[in-house]
Amino acid sequence: MARITRDEVLHVARLARLELSEDEIAKFQEQLSDILEAVSKVSELDLSGVPPTAHPLAIENAWAEDASRPCLPLEDVFANAPDRDDDHFRVPPA
Amino acid sequence: MTLDTLRLTAEEAKRLLDAKEISGAELFAAYSGREDDLNAYLLRCDDPGGDGIPIAVKDVIGTKGIRTTAGSKILESYVPVYDATVIANAKRHGLRILGKTNTDEFAMGSSTENSAFGPSRNPWDPSRVPGGSGGGSAAAVSGGLAPWALGSDTGGSIKQPAALCGHVGLRPTYGTVSRYGVVAFASSLDQVGPVAKNVRDCAFLYSIISGRDENDSTTVDVPPVELPAADDLKGIRIGVPKQMNHVEGVQPGVTEQVDKAIALAESLGAEIGECSLPLSVDYGMPCYYLVAPAEASSNLARYDGVRYGLRVDGADFREMAMRTRDAGFGDEPKRRIMIGTYALSSGYYDAYYATAQKVRTVIRREHDAVFEKFDLIVSPTSPTVAFEFGEKAADPLAMYLCDVFTIPSCLAGLPGLNVPVGLSEGLPVGIQLIGPQFAENTLFRVGHALEQAIGFDFVPERLR
Repeated sequence: MARITRDEVLHVARLARLELSEDEIAKFQEQLSDILEAVSKVSELDLSGVPPTAHPLAIENAWAEDASRPCLPLEDVFANAPDRDDDHFRVPPA
Repeated sequence: MTLDTLRLTAEEAKRLLDAKEISGAELFAAYSGREDDLNAYLLRCDDPGGDGIPIAVKDVIGTKGIRTTAGSKILESYVPVYDATVIANAKRHGLRILGKTNTDEFAMGSSTENSAFGPSRNPWDPSRVPGGSGGGSAAAVSGGLAPWALGSDTGGSIKQPAALCGHVGLRPTYGTVSRYGVVAFASSLDQVGPVAKNVRDCAFLYSIISGRDENDSTTVDVPPVELPAADDLKGIRIGVPKQMNHVEGVQPGVTEQVDKAIALAESLGAEIGECSLPLSVDYGMPCYYLVAPAEASSNLARYDGVRYGLRVDGADFREMAMRTRDAGFGDEPKRRIMIGTYALSSGYYDAYYATAQKVRTVIRREHDAVFEKFDLIVSPTSPTVAFEFGEKAADPLAMYLCDVFTIPSCLAGLPGLNVPVGLSEGLPVGIQLIGPQFAENTLFRVGHALEQAIGFDFVPERLR
């Protein structure tokens, strides 16, 4: 299987919102190639007609009662916020 | 009275408390006063008062007012404003939190070497790892720093440390224990479970934490937990998967102890037979390392410097988020986020993630077929005894193979119990008992009978 390229590492890092250092880019290019090669083994099996498993239990439609109930007070919601502006989380401009 | 915290079980502690032979304060102090030279705890708590049994809690489980880091710098100063359901359940039974135990970052690892706060040490040999990710809880329980603990298990994080430290750990059936308030790693795999010195304590703690929770829609009603008492195994059919026993990569000393335990089970009345999981072992690891990172990449997207956790400033939102995540995550979460993002990305989704989900069905069906003939299956929990620091840390794939036997049943949502069975090179060896979904009582029964017959001394030799 082809090794993944530096550009692919940068593309995935961008999708994952990770700013990687030069050292990390080189290291991850190597390690991710090895890991992807190992996990590509899943493609060896004939899986035609096999349904996917997203979840190990056969639960269907776990409904909750459609009623209001108390939620966290705002002071708790903001207790760990890095920055706050009144009742909003404050972030740098998009 | 002097308490031997290395030997004291939770059941015995409860008896001493009920008989008023010790006070709640004395009991708590016996643990909190013991020096933590194993780096088992990231944080130790004051006695909240009362006379309940003390407990250590893995630091991925949210505790109101008590810092919860998940072993990550990105949550270094995070203090939950509510309790996880398992903590609320524990408190309802009077349990008192001794502290928060070390873990590989976001529970990703098999040695605690991925913790942002340094690794924990194995109580049997401090130059070796305690296993992971729940190495802190494991070191605490085996090192006399807690009578029992809560762990979490995604691909082996309760069972493998229990094997390497010589005690009992249960990964419960998926859906029997609430994940509400637990730091999410891979949501279709994560389960909280008990870590204990013996099987009865393990069963008792499971009875406290399990049950349906309206705050976690993946939880279900749980059959009543039976504390095991029987010494025989009459009528129990035990399957020995040939792909997990007597195979390359398993240390001879491990195989020897596992074989002895299987022979002992037979002498206690169990019916032993060979069985086969031809695809589960070979394809479990690759399947897991697609499913779990894919879910992790989604779950860890929440750490963006907005609502809680670390923030590193940047000129705009995107730069802030990227810098925050680069500074806050260690190597292993980054690797898994990258793998998961790649496996879910346009053009690769079908080849990787969708294929892995189908393999997961294959693994489930293979186990279902085995459980038509057997009540449970048995294998080594870990292919090796505790390894030395640094031995696998530089090679992610070598570390991933630590969980080769624990992973398949996790993918199938099955319960697994580690029971210590002996020593190899002076270090503990554990077997895993895997049953069909909701077979915890069978696992407890078999584990307890074996434990009684083997008489394994769970106190590390160098500390006796």
